[in-house]
Amino acid sequence: MESSSNARVLAVGKAILEKNDGLASRLREEFKRQGIFVLNVVSSPGSGKTELLAKTLRLLTSQIKVGVIVGDLATNHDAERLSGHGAEVLQIETDGYCHLEANMIQSAADQLGVVGLDLLIIENVGNLVCPASHDLGEDIRVTLLSVTEGEDKPLKYPTIFKSSQAVVITKTDLATAVEFDRELAITNISSVTPQAKILETSARTGAGIEAWAEFLLTAQKAKIG
Amino acid sequence: MHEVGIILNAIELAVEKAEAAGATSISRLCLRVGALSGVVPDALEFGFDLASKGTMADHAKLEIVQVPARCRCANGCGEFEPDSPVYSCPACGAISSIVLQGKELDLVEIDVN
Repeated sequence: MESSSNARVLAVGKAILEKNDGLASRLREEFKRQGIFVLNVVSSPGSGKTELLAKTLRLLTSQIKVGVIVGDLATNHDAERLSGHGAEVLQIETDGYCHLEANMIQSAADQLGVVGLDLLIIENVGNLVCPASHDLGEDIRVTLLSVTEGEDKPLKYPTIFKSSQAVVITKTDLATAVEFDRELAITNISSVTPQAKILETSARTGAGIEAWAEFLLTAQKAKIG
Repeated sequence: MHEVGIILNAIELAVEKAEAAGATSISRLCLRVGALSGVVPDALEFGFDLASKGTMADHAKLEIVQVPARCRCANGCGEFEPDSPVYSCPACGAISSIVLQGKELDLVEIDVN
């Protein structure tokens, strides 16, 4: 309609999340310089992230220094559940935000004080969609799948599973009660994300918790040397 | 739904570019959105009208170019576009984890006045 002589096309060619991605890269470098291994834990709400981490912290903190940043839309309930296990814990209340972003990690890390840590665990907001798009500067992303959610979650939410280096099946003590088809779940996970390590845990009985803690310690040592 | 935050980022980038070029308004934004970006194009469009209100991009046209996932078969069958979340090669059936495209989430270009 308007044929103003000033009308023109400007090439931009930039990643829309370049600010988040740039900050996440700087955080990754800084954590690496300080010898801190960073884990980003994602899952649906109620898959057992906090309980798994609470049980894992007991095994980890006797060997290495651990800090935890936990994100929720509201309340500090999860930080309370994670405290008392030998790790410094900081709650981020996102005030309705459905995921964590790199700038939140930057300020939370400043508040928590990460100097001297060997492992920083980030418990993301419970959500299988939005956290997939936001790099937090982590070394590995781990997605949880509880047996109560159904075996086809990896097929329904492939993006987050594909971006994960490990998948932890949780609440295995409930598997029989909910008729969880373990073989099908493992087939679905490995067909969506063939390279991911698969672990199985029950925070209630303790089954698989040592193997999961060992996986983290090995990954941390591999990075820090 | 994080698409509103993402479209706000896109508008901010567009406005920075337009202002730097001395433009006074933006009439079109062209985005490239990959199938693996974790972003739903419809939700971007839904958020755009509201997010652009009162900015240089108010009333601009939002154009979204969708980029399909593209993989390479590790067995040498070549490249293929998967038609499901399971990236199995249509020739040999092997599952590929070599992803060549589909993660794009870019502001490609803008039209300004």
